[in-house]
Parts: sequence; C-alpha cells; structure tokens
Amino acid sequence: MPLLEHLWIIPLLPLLGAATNGLLGAKWPNKIVNTVALSSTGISFLCAVEAVREFVDYYAQTHQVFRKEFFDWITVDLHGTFRAGFDLQMDQLTVVMVLVVTGVGFLIHIYSTGYMAHEGGYYRFFSYLNLFMFFMLILVLAANYVLLFVGWEGVGLSSYLLIGFYFLRKSASDAGKKAFIVNRIGDFGFMLGTFLLFRTFGTLDFTELFAKVSTQQWPHEGWGVFGTFTVACLLLFMGACGKSAQLPLYVWLPDAMEGPTPVSALIHAATMVTAGVYVVARSHILFEHSETALAVVAVVGCATALFAATIGLVQTDIKRVLAYSTVSQLGYMFLACGVGAFGAGIFHLMTHAFFKALLFLAAGSVIHAIGGEQDMRHMGGLSKKIKVTYWTMLIATLAIAGAPLFAGFFSKDAILFSAFTVGGRGGHVLYAVGLLTALLTAFYMFRLIFLTFHGKQRYDEHHVHVHESPWSMLGPLVILAVLSIFGGWFALPSFFGGADYFANFLSPVFSAHEAEGLSEAAAHSLELTLAGVAVLTATAGFLIAFWLYLKQPGKPEQLAKSLKGIYTTVYNKYYVDEFYAAVVVRPLMWVSENVLWKIVDVEAIDGTVNGIAHGATAAGDTVRHTQSGNTRSYAVWVVVGALAVIIILFWPALRPTLGMVTK
Amino acid sequence: MVPTQYYLILSAILFGMGSVAFVVKRNIITIFMSIELMLNAVNLAFVAFSQSRGKLDGQIFVLFVIVVAAAEAAVGLGIIIMTARNRQSLNVERVDLLKL
Repeated sequence: MPLLEHLWIIPLLPLLGAATNGLLGAKWPNKIVNTVALSSTGISFLCAVEAVREFVDYYAQTHQVFRKEFFDWITVDLHGTFRAGFDLQMDQLTVVMVLVVTGVGFLIHIYSTGYMAHEGGYYRFFSYLNLFMFFMLILVLAANYVLLFVGWEGVGLSSYLLIGFYFLRKSASDAGKKAFIVNRIGDFGFMLGTFLLFRTFGTLDFTELFAKVSTQQWPHEGWGVFGTFTVACLLLFMGACGKSAQLPLYVWLPDAMEGPTPVSALIHAATMVTAGVYVVARSHILFEHSETALAVVAVVGCATALFAATIGLVQTDIKRVLAYSTVSQLGYMFLACGVGAFGAGIFHLMTHAFFKALLFLAAGSVIHAIGGEQDMRHMGGLSKKIKVTYWTMLIATLAIAGAPLFAGFFSKDAILFSAFTVGGRGGHVLYAVGLLTALLTAFYMFRLIFLTFHGKQRYDEHHVHVHESPWSMLGPLVILAVLSIFGGWFALPSFFGGADYFANFLSPVFSAHEAEGLSEAAAHSLELTLAGVAVLTATAGFLIAFWLYLKQPGKPEQLAKSLKGIYTTVYNKYYVDEFYAAVVVRPLMWVSENVLWKIVDVEAIDGTVNGIAHGATAAGDTVRHTQSGNTRSYAVWVVVGALAVIIILFWPALRPTLGMVTK
Repeated sequence: MVPTQYYLILSAILFGMGSVAFVVKRNIITIFMSIELMLNAVNLAFVAFSQSRGKLDGQIFVLFVIVVAAAEAAVGLGIIIMTARNRQSLNVERVDLLKL
C-alpha cells in the first residue's frame, strides 16, 4: 500500500503547486504556470484514485477505517491529554469527497487555462486555485476536528482571495470580505462546538470520539431536550450553515459570483460549500443522538431550498440564478442529513458537484462567448451559435431538474423518498416542500435555458462577436456532461429491485437507514411512485417555463406587473441583505463610528497619547523660563543645588536639630 | 590657641559673603572676586581642620586649590577681557547668548 501509507502526498501536491506558482510564477509565461498547476492537481487526482483503489483492498481485508498519524501538531498534558496531530484518514465518505474534489477540481483547472487566458494575474489565480485544493483536501482527509478546522478556515481564506480576485473592482473586494466575515460567524459556532465536544469527551479525534459516543451508552436526546449532543450539534451546524450557505448565513454565496466563473464552479458549487454537508455527515453519530439537532438541520435545509429557489425564479444575471440554485440544492443535502439519510445527502453532493460545476462552467462559456455579458435579458438565441455549450448545459439542466436517468434524478429522488418515509406529519411537510422546490428548480433552470439559448436575439450583433470557446474549456464541459448523465447510475439497480451501490458503499460509514416498518416490496413500489410524482413535477416546471418564455414571451412581464408587490420583493431577494444591513451592519457601523471611533479611539486612545504630549509640552513651557540666559540666575541655581545637596547629605544630622527647633 | 570653631565660623561668614556677592553682583570682576573669596573661605576651613586633627591632608588640599584657583584666574581673566572687548561692558546681564 505505497500510497495509502503516504496519504499526505495528495494534499501536498496542490500546496507545492500553489507555492511554486505563487512565489516564482510572476515572470513565467502562461504555459509554465499551466504545467505546474495542472500537473500538481492532475497527479494529485491520480494519487487519489490509486489511494482509493488501495483503500478498497485494505477495507476488504480489515473492515476498518484507514488512519495514519504523520506527526504531532499540538500536544498538551494538562488535566488529561489533548492531542491534535497531522492525522489523515480514509473511509468511504472520504473516498467520495476526495474523488469529487480532485476530479472536479482538476477539470476546472483545465477549464480555467482557457477561461483565464487573457486575464491579468494568471499565476496568482492558479496559485489560489491550487491553495484552495490543498485546504479542501486537508478538510476531507483530516482525522480530527482540529485538522479539519485548518482546512475549513483555509478554504474560507482561499475563497476570500478568489472571490476578490478582481480586487480593483470594489464590488468584488466587498464580496470577498462579505464571504469571509459571514463564514467567520459560522466558524465561531464551529469552534464552540468542538470545544464542547472536547470538554465532554476529552478528544477531538474522529475514531476515538465516535467510539466513545457509541460505546458509552449516552442517552438519546429527544425532541426539545438541550443536552450536550444537541448543543454541540447545533453549534457545528452553525458552522455548516456558514460554509454551506444555509439560512440565515447564505447571503455571501450569491455575492461571491463576483469572482471569475471557474471560481464559482470550483468553490461555490462543487467543493467548498459542500464542506458543511460533509461535516454534518462526518458527525452523523453525534447528530443521531439528538432529535432536535436533526430536526433543525432538516427544517433549515428545507426552508433554504424553497427560499433560494423562489429567489432564483426572477434573477436576471445568469450566474446569480445558478448561485441561488446552489443554495437551494445545498438545502436539499441538509434536508437529507436532517432526516437521517446521510448517504442520500452525500449522493446528492456528488451528483450536484458534477452538474453544478458543469452549469457554472457552461455559463462561463456563454459569458465568454458573448464578451462578458451576464444579463440573460441581453442574450437569447445562442443555441445555434455555441452548440457544445448549449448541449452540455442542457444536459446539466436536465440533471438538476431531475429528468429520469440523469444524475440528479436519482439523488433527488433518494432525498425525497427519505423525507417521505421519515414518518409523521413533519416528514410529509418536508416532502411537500421538497417537491415544490423541485418544481421551482425545473422552472428556473429551463427559464435560464430558454432565455439564454432560445427565442429572439437580444444582443447587438454588430458589437458582439459570438464565438465558441476553445477546447480547453469545452473538454471539461463534455466530461462533466458525461458524469452528469451517468453519475447517478450507482443507484440505478435499486429501481429494478436491486441494490443501491452508492448507499451500500457508504453503509460502513452510515449504518444503513432503510425505511423501517415498510416491507422491501412496499418500499420499492413507494419509491417508484414517488419518483413518478417527482418526474411529473419537474415536467410541470419545464412546461410552465416553456409556455412563459417560448410561447408567450410577453407573458412574464405582464405577470411581473400584475404581481408587482411580490415580484419586487422576490427580485430584491426578500430584502434580506437590506434587513441584515439595517439590523447588523448599520448598528455595528454606528457603534464603530460613534463609540469606537469617536469615543474610544479619538477620546481615550488619542486623548491619552496627545495628553501625554501636551503635558510634556506644557511642562517644558513652564520649565523653559529657568533657562533665561542670565548668568546670575544660573548662579542662583548652582547655589540652590549646592544647598539641596548639603541638606540631603546632612539630613540625618539635621533632623533632630530641626525637630528641636519646631518643638 | 584659638579654638577651631572660630576659624570655621570665619570661614562660613566669608563663604556666605562670597556666595551672596556671587549671586547679587553684576560686575564680572566682582563676581570673579567673590568666587576667589569662597575658595579662600574653604581653604581656611581646610587648614583649620588640618591643624585641629593633626594631619597634613588638608594643607595639601589647600595647595591644590590654590593651584587650580591660579589656573582658573588665568582662564577667567582671559574670558573677562574678551567679554569686555566685545561688549564694551563688564555687566554680566549682557552676557546672555545662552538664552534660546
């Protein structure tokens, strides 16, 4: 097992690439930068594949998680031992994540060589991309919460750098800051969660911690009980909300579209935003001990899915539609985790990585084709001119909308099925909302397709020379399109009464959650029924979009006018940004300006410093008069000084005498 | 024999007169003379102590003081002559170049 024993190679390669390009790349031609960036991620991907192969062998023999301690990072011997090492681990969940991160990441790297070819700061861009890959790999390979947090913060940093890549544009640098700060709010919860876990269990190592939880018979915390598990899980989930852009911390993701399009694909679709889902899935043993935490995860996920989908309906910026769609799909993943179907959540994470990366990259290709325009109102009729982009994007749209046999169909179906079978009225409500979201998803995705590729040309042909992108960009699109079609077929046999390979593969990590109380056959027929309903819903979404945007092109505007109040509210994203600005940002600004700046800084700090300076000046001003230049006054000072010395010298002898005098 | 206190009292009076004159007088020559007066008051005290304690240290000290005083007189008078030439005056008030 040469590679499994040296797992550190997989994250290290992108780091080396980042360091090489970042430190030396400034003067290199693009070709060398490409070679470094692509080879480091490409080899890393190959290493990951090999390591996964070795792991499968290893697992077949030992039935254990592979885990290796490379070196000690933090060790403290104080009231018990705290150890956080550079420990990497590999289990089935990690396998999925590592392959997605390196694979999709590599494709996006290839795409970027085409997309960024004419941009300044080429080496910087690839250095950041590689750095991002490094941190993401640390995050998914880490064997304890502390190392995971390193990756967690690292991807936050890299996303800040990449979103603000065009830092000369104020909106971009603002978006970078916004992403970073909103993430920090979540990270705060994440840290508190890990502290609580350490206090309770005395370890942050996954293997030890989860073993302690499952062997020590901790009480199951029912609905409304706020015990250790509930609080720790909710805190961890707060971190996940920040990273994975869930309500109420989703606001950074749509703004993050200020970054270059490959960045949106890599960070805000395929990898970084999945970190939250990954953490929840990784901590599933903790979450399973708390009904409240699971319910919160499910409800937040479900609400986010619907909320973001409604905003996506009316956005006109092609990337923003995709951004809200990402938020919405992440909501699906959390919904799955919340109903205990972690496998389905991870499944959707994987298929979503394929088709959302594809959607973003194809959108990038569209933007590239028509010279930087992002507003769908100025597109239209592109399907004939950029065929490859059109077809790949159509495939991705079918996949995300849940068309049968496409990747998204299986994963979304698995999630809706789990939500339906979780039981109780709650499960059915979650299912209904999920279904409604599926309808909206199909609608806004086809709206995007129709507005962009069909209908009349709404751009000025004289100014815009529409051209298909180079093959360095189309290649990844085609590969991702293939994955978007076949990526879900792991679950295909289950529809014919067979095994769900993906669920089976992950079952060692998540003890299988099959629908309880239903017989195999009943569950199977129910699954087929639900799948049918989902397909019908998606078709309905497609038809509405078809009718509104192709058959009756004037209709949407009429609708928008007749429903003006609702339309403007949704168009302005429910004024959430404005709400946050009013409730959080402006009070903070007010406090900063009026208290911290004008009182603390100006009055207290500057006051102290200036006061000392003024005191010194004033003292000098007073004492200055002693230096009159008058020789005789100096003479007086000499005499006074001499007297003073004499008095000090003879004080012990003088005191009794003076005492006698005063008496 | 005259008691030591008498010498000391005389010395203190001379020193006091010297220091008061040093502060009060304006003529540089007078100030210079008052410094000499103080030096000699100290010399008197040294000699008186030397005599009363039967040791020679004080007398040797006095010789040194006289030598230093002679050197100081040479330098001091040189400065005074230069000052007088430059300012056409011996008034110490007008020697104020040390002022800012």
